[in-house]
Amino acid sequence: MPKVTVDGQEIEVPQGATVLQACELAGKEIPRFCYHERLSIAGNCRMCLVEVKPGPPKPQASCALPATDGQEIRTDSEMVKKAREGVMEFLLINHPLDCPICDQGGECDLQDQAMAYGRGATRYHENKRAVTEKYMGPLIKTIMTRCIHCTRCVRFSEEIAGVDEIGALYRGENMQITTYLEKAAKHELSANVIDLCPVGALTSRPYAYEARPWELKKTLGIDVMDAVGANIRIDSRGREVLRIQPRINDDVNEEWIADKSRYAVDGLTRRRLDKVWIRKAGKLEQASWDEAFKKIKAAKPGGSLAAVYGDLVDCETMFAAKALLKACGSTLIEGRQTGLVYDTSNLAAVNFNTTLAEIENSDAVLVIGSQIRHEAPLLNVRLRKAAKGGAKIFHVGPEYDTTYAATFLGNDLSVLNALGSDVVDAMKGAERPAIIVGGAALGRGALGKALALAAEFNVVKDGWNGFNALHFSPSRMGGLLLGLAQKGGMADIAAAKPKVLLSLGADEMDYAPFGDALKVYIGHHGDKGAHAADIILPAAAYTEKAGTYVNIEGRVQRSEKAVFAPGDAREDWTILRALADALGVSVGFDGFDQLRAAMFADTPALAHEGLADLRVSVPAGGGDASGVIENYPIADPYLTNPILRASPTMQRCSSELWHGETVAEAAA
Amino acid sequence: MLSGGVHPLMADRYIEPDTPELRARWGGFAFKPEWDAKAKAAIARYPEGRQKSAVMALLDFAQRQVGEDTGTQGWLPIPVMEYVAAYLDMPVIRVVEVATFYTMYNLVPVGKFHVQVCGTTPCWLRGSDEIMERCKARGMAKGHTTDDGLWTLTEVECMGNCASAPMVQINDGNYEDLTGERFDAVLDALARGETPKEGTQDPDRHTVEPVGGPTTLTAMVGENHDYRGEW
Repeated sequence: MPKVTVDGQEIEVPQGATVLQACELAGKEIPRFCYHERLSIAGNCRMCLVEVKPGPPKPQASCALPATDGQEIRTDSEMVKKAREGVMEFLLINHPLDCPICDQGGECDLQDQAMAYGRGATRYHENKRAVTEKYMGPLIKTIMTRCIHCTRCVRFSEEIAGVDEIGALYRGENMQITTYLEKAAKHELSANVIDLCPVGALTSRPYAYEARPWELKKTLGIDVMDAVGANIRIDSRGREVLRIQPRINDDVNEEWIADKSRYAVDGLTRRRLDKVWIRKAGKLEQASWDEAFKKIKAAKPGGSLAAVYGDLVDCETMFAAKALLKACGSTLIEGRQTGLVYDTSNLAAVNFNTTLAEIENSDAVLVIGSQIRHEAPLLNVRLRKAAKGGAKIFHVGPEYDTTYAATFLGNDLSVLNALGSDVVDAMKGAERPAIIVGGAALGRGALGKALALAAEFNVVKDGWNGFNALHFSPSRMGGLLLGLAQKGGMADIAAAKPKVLLSLGADEMDYAPFGDALKVYIGHHGDKGAHAADIILPAAAYTEKAGTYVNIEGRVQRSEKAVFAPGDAREDWTILRALADALGVSVGFDGFDQLRAAMFADTPALAHEGLADLRVSVPAGGGDASGVIENYPIADPYLTNPILRASPTMQRCSSELWHGETVAEAAA
Repeated sequence: MLSGGVHPLMADRYIEPDTPELRARWGGFAFKPEWDAKAKAAIARYPEGRQKSAVMALLDFAQRQVGEDTGTQGWLPIPVMEYVAAYLDMPVIRVVEVATFYTMYNLVPVGKFHVQVCGTTPCWLRGSDEIMERCKARGMAKGHTTDDGLWTLTEVECMGNCASAPMVQINDGNYEDLTGERFDAVLDALARGETPKEGTQDPDRHTVEPVGGPTTLTAMVGENHDYRGEW
């Protein structure tokens, strides 16, 4: 390992480290614009200049210079100071300095570094360059005059997202960053370029002129727009969530989040249920909590009480429902709203065992029935890394643009019964093979066959578990850990003909079989579930309650409460607790801490953050697979849950990016 | 202008807007057999899987084929760039990046003769201003094509003919040692459909040898001479 001296301090750096990384290891701050840890090195902003001996007697770009043994690096010399001032002065020559009207103000790398390393005044008296705005879709607002040509956005879209749509046209002073023919960047992670942009050239369009960063309260949260459980920071002001930003967690989302995770926020203030409603003579009318509880009590559910939980609920809500049902003498609870049925007796068979961070090390992957870009966009980034590392990836299901090299084996699941020799050889020859079973395959009973293939290909071995189920409902793994599933799925609930059906934000289920039941909807958005309900009890969305979420890997994560729920809406567990009182049963907790303690006692795996210990190994499978996957379950990736459906931004994305309608610029 | 880069007044170069008319005219572009053979030969120069390296050659061939079709030096409409991208199995934006970077690729239609006047210091000292004046006298304007479709004027940087400055490149030919009159003669000849002699226009000069005879190494004019004893 090379030993280098940074400002007189001798340190040892890892083989292959750059001078910039060496300086960081020594605790020195190196200003930079184009360099980013997760992107390739470009070396075009020149802000990271340092003095290095031995070498030419001029400042060197530290981001692109390998650290070698015996280097003497200075970051504090007069030469370095002058070099930084010079680069900064050149960068600012064509930068508009419109910080007071720029959304990046307050969290701008250029602003901060100009303060820290700049000269403080300009000597430039000529006209500045001006660049026309580029259209980059409904999510990204461009003010290209501010661009300093760091090309982070270009590298992100090429390397991480895998869609070559952004590029740098022309040359020299006339260089411009644009998308091809100024079409919207059609990718589910496109808005991450906003975070990457070190200046205010790419900013968030829906968040334009909403707030300044220092006004915002920052709350640590967990995303529920897909089942990956991306770590997010919820930025709120007063009672409103204004934006959602990714947090860095290398095990889960690295530092990216999907566009729908970022832009669900405007859905949180629209179509909200903030009053109690009771259906009287076919029409919903406003009512009081008391009235509603009385009506539920009058239905005398007793043991004939069933619950269906929706995709977005937290473990606390599910546990409160479980406790309420148990107190009433019922176990009729289910979350696989669309009628999916698969064996949940062994959780290792329905878990993403490989983990998100490890899947990028696999060298052969068989994906059965999953449109991963829609079902788990951040997993697609990992698979793309695996493919770039040489992994062979096979898909069973309708073809789609995977962004990496993949072989599609057809729509018919029966292909699994007689896989071609190329697949078999690749999987058997692989050191770290993986199988991913998606919702489309689970729904067609292919889990048994997938487990059998797992045994055949030996995907579970010492130090490697390559068997994965991929859910796209964020509440799924939490619900399964809590043991909330029926053997026959929703059909069992319907067959039991419950007197009262509690719907915990279940907006994807079919209410038709429950015509005779008193349907109580406990949720936050006026969507399908509320339309079918007899009683609506307004509850809190994911930003409005503290909660425990379990992602596809079985990773237990906790989210904090950012804002209060609107109007009369209450946190879900308090509603269920009050309902227990109304029904005259005891659930054994009176406060949130007691609820959590009871939940941990019931399901110890939830007590600790991090990967849950499932205490089981992947079971043996069997049987043949059959059935044709005509379509993947997600029909519109931008409108997969009630919050997204209520969001004007997501509706626009859906129509413009998914359905391909052109929305007039004037209407923006 | 929503698509196709910046307004022409804002930068020297811009991409011809992507219109239905453009698609109709160039959407069906494909290499003719002779250009296709050249394209395949260019790709074959690179290792397998590195066919993208041939993008500059292919853009040149495409521009030349467009030139044949239009009777000009040729240019690169968006559908043609898309064709090249598909030919090389690479993203279109990467092809457009290359085409916009190098000024030898024309991004808008050009006239029959693309007059590229060098304005860099040696040519300027030797009278490129007058060359430019002569162009303007014929109705040419920088970055524009004359109404008769004959001339497109561009000011370019050094073309490496400083020893015979001032120079002008017209399509693929260089015309050097120009004066106002010699330049007019070249343009008149071209306009008449003739093919004027390329290279130096100085009747006393064969190529870029010293004007008025050699001033150094004079002993070597007639035969080889060993200077070593004289050092």
